[in-house]
Amino acid sequence: MADLHQLAQMFRELDDQLVSCMRCGMCQAVCPVFAQTGRETDVTRGKLALLDGLAREMLTDAAGVNDKLNRCLLCGTCQANCPSGVRIMDIFLKARAIMTGYFGLSRTKKAIFRGMLVNPRLFNALTGLGATFQGLFTKKVDDMLGSSCARFTAPLVADRHFKTLAATPLHKLVPELDTPAGASGIRVAFFTGCVIDKIFPQVGQAALEVLARQGVGVFLPAQQACCGIPALSSGDQATFDKLVAMNVQWFTASEFDYLLTSCATCTSTIKELWPRMFKGDPALGAAIKELAGKTMDISQFLVDVLGVKEAPATGCGKVTYHDPCHLKNGLGITAQPRTLIKASGCAYTEMREAGSCCGCGGSFNVAHYELSKKIGSRKAQNIMESGADILATSCPACMLHITDMLSQKKAGIAVKHVIELYADSMKNQE
Amino acid sequence: MNTSIIKEFAAIVGNDNVMASETDRHAYSYDAAVLDSVLPALVVRPENSEALGQTVKLCNEHGLPLTVRGAGTNLSGGTIPHPGGVVVLTNGLNRILEINAEDMYAVVEPGVVTAKFAAAVASHGLFYPPDPGSQAVSTLGGNVAENAGGLRGLKYGVTKDYVMGIDFWDVGGNLIKTGSRTVKCVSGYNLAGLMVASEGTLGVFDKIILKIIPPPKAARSMMAVFASMQAASETVAAIIAAKIVPATLEIMDNFTIRTVENFRHAGLPKDAAALLLIEVDGHPAQVADEAALVEQICKQHGASELKVARDAAERDAVWQARRDALPALAKLRPTCVLEDATVPRSKIPAMIKALDDISRKYQLTIGTFGHAGDGNLHPTILTDRRNEQEWQRVEKAIDEIFNRALELGGTLSGEHGIGLAKAKYMVLETNRGTLDYCRRMKSVLDPKGILNPGKIIG
Repeated sequence: MADLHQLAQMFRELDDQLVSCMRCGMCQAVCPVFAQTGRETDVTRGKLALLDGLAREMLTDAAGVNDKLNRCLLCGTCQANCPSGVRIMDIFLKARAIMTGYFGLSRTKKAIFRGMLVNPRLFNALTGLGATFQGLFTKKVDDMLGSSCARFTAPLVADRHFKTLAATPLHKLVPELDTPAGASGIRVAFFTGCVIDKIFPQVGQAALEVLARQGVGVFLPAQQACCGIPALSSGDQATFDKLVAMNVQWFTASEFDYLLTSCATCTSTIKELWPRMFKGDPALGAAIKELAGKTMDISQFLVDVLGVKEAPATGCGKVTYHDPCHLKNGLGITAQPRTLIKASGCAYTEMREAGSCCGCGGSFNVAHYELSKKIGSRKAQNIMESGADILATSCPACMLHITDMLSQKKAGIAVKHVIELYADSMKNQE
Repeated sequence: MNTSIIKEFAAIVGNDNVMASETDRHAYSYDAAVLDSVLPALVVRPENSEALGQTVKLCNEHGLPLTVRGAGTNLSGGTIPHPGGVVVLTNGLNRILEINAEDMYAVVEPGVVTAKFAAAVASHGLFYPPDPGSQAVSTLGGNVAENAGGLRGLKYGVTKDYVMGIDFWDVGGNLIKTGSRTVKCVSGYNLAGLMVASEGTLGVFDKIILKIIPPPKAARSMMAVFASMQAASETVAAIIAAKIVPATLEIMDNFTIRTVENFRHAGLPKDAAALLLIEVDGHPAQVADEAALVEQICKQHGASELKVARDAAERDAVWQARRDALPALAKLRPTCVLEDATVPRSKIPAMIKALDDISRKYQLTIGTFGHAGDGNLHPTILTDRRNEQEWQRVEKAIDEIFNRALELGGTLSGEHGIGLAKAKYMVLETNRGTLDYCRRMKSVLDPKGILNPGKIIG
């Protein structure tokens, strides 16, 4: 472990970015964690002040700062609303990498990131085993949502209503694809993402079906790795670099016009973080930049590129939409998913605070479940008050957490990805 | 701080509401002012009135300096604690206790967020006009303690014009009741008035009674472009002389116009010397008359371009330009010093000229925008505090800005407060006798000097 002075030196490298925070405190209006706790260390201004304090050697409790730093969803709402344009997400991710370098990675995270994520075949095999035996430990609680809870008291699982692993993941249902451009004249690559592959394969299937019906050629490489966000947000730069490099190798094996994902988090990671945060082989820089430039959310592609338009409501039920932070805050994508819902012939109703975070935040949900649940509970309440039968969104991580929240409240509201609604409507038209 | 005192605080507010760790204390060592941070010894968060009163009393018993903090958006250092002191948070006291539509008043706890209160009042079909720039996060307690203003000051006044009464704790933990729920009240000293702008130096607010009013039925906004600051200022004077009091009357200088345009690309004229953003409101017939008259006056005074918003979207576009002013300027350099020296509105051209001179003399970038209707300008110095030489020039420039504002018959602060940042200039605006009077008063009300020491009167 390096000494505190060395740690301060490392944080000093963030000085140019840290200094642009003018401490106006406007982030207090939008931070979902601060809304629950009212504590300055939970809001961005406080966290930036803590990092600044470490850099200037005004603070000695680096572990204390690290704890506060991790009480953040990385939802990016503060950055999207910051009057002085501070690059908050860059600062937080770099700070987490510095902290992980200083304190080391926890044994669990090391096992998951370095043992499993960088080894996609092993990851697939282990989750495959898990899918077979999970019924022994879990029991179903909501058939419509497909949620389960623990059969026995399990500290990590707590009172969660979680989605179990899919019986057959997408990479088994569709091992690979390499189809030429059809009527649309467009060919895309499809980046599945871990949560869709292993928990919501039907979302991936829906996306591939829609693309086929639209005459879009698809390149789905036989191997894909995690986009890297779990490692990066835990400060594991080495694993992130490895995952990016593997994906770049596999996705540059063929030609295509766009790289599509139906996961908001994967989209924003590839588009925004791959080019900025990759510290591996510099020779990959150009390829990363090109891939990032081609990356697009599935609904953005359908609406902006293929020109899918709203259609009269035909009765798929009343739908409301939750904006995933990773589409709304960084990429500004809010209209296209709503257009896609309306294109599916669904009656649309806007909920209150549709753009506020669901509280999932990836590993935040694991480390701070109670807080995550409070934030998610408010989201669930807004969904229920909207009067919708279906909650649609564009991110499988949000789907997981919102399923948990709605299931616990016995809301009787289904959770779907917008592409599922559109795929259903295309099928029904036949 | 020794653990037995911490335990005493914990007994009052609960363990969860006492923060003593280094990280927690560091997070309450600053506010939005460009000043050095000061680490408090303890942070406490009372969640009810009684706990607040006992907290104040305990601080006094131990002689601990006490600084009340709402959202910490203060621009003059009023919420920066005293070394070894206690920060008392009000965000656990955030209930709107009553909104009385019949008698048009509301009773709130000090930690209620301004914008949330305004929205709650609006849902009763009523209107709370003060709208400081930080209203999305600022608290009403802080607004009263600083006498916060906003864009609507000219027609609707500032926070003090809406304070009907305040219940506050004195240092002995006694609840002092002032004002009433009535429009008229002459029972005793106007202690509520004394509390306004007292910056936490005389008492700790427990409840605030605020006046609320019926909202205007209609409004119309417009934007006028001028080739000189003089012409824009004369237009402001002519509008007032025509017996029209716009709800908002804002001005932006050329540097601010260019910066906002580079930021938003909304089509602002980059070569314009000044921009006036005007909104008249009231009864629809009155609004139509006044808007036509304002248009005419702008043209008579040489407005080269005049845009009248025809719908809500256009109205929003007009005000977006004003909302963009600070964020656009703030992005140019790492440090942004936002001042609020205020002059009689007829002196705006002279003040703008003075700011130009100061900016040249000290080789600094200063963008100026602000409330032309009430003479409250926001010269915004863009700098980098880490550059020592430049920072010294900034400090000199600030001195000179205040001197010039006072020479023009103005005041040090229109709405940001005196706090730590401007305490040293107070004698220039008032005199030795005035400060002595204030200090004598404080020494009686707060014999141990625990209430936000160092603020306003040094």
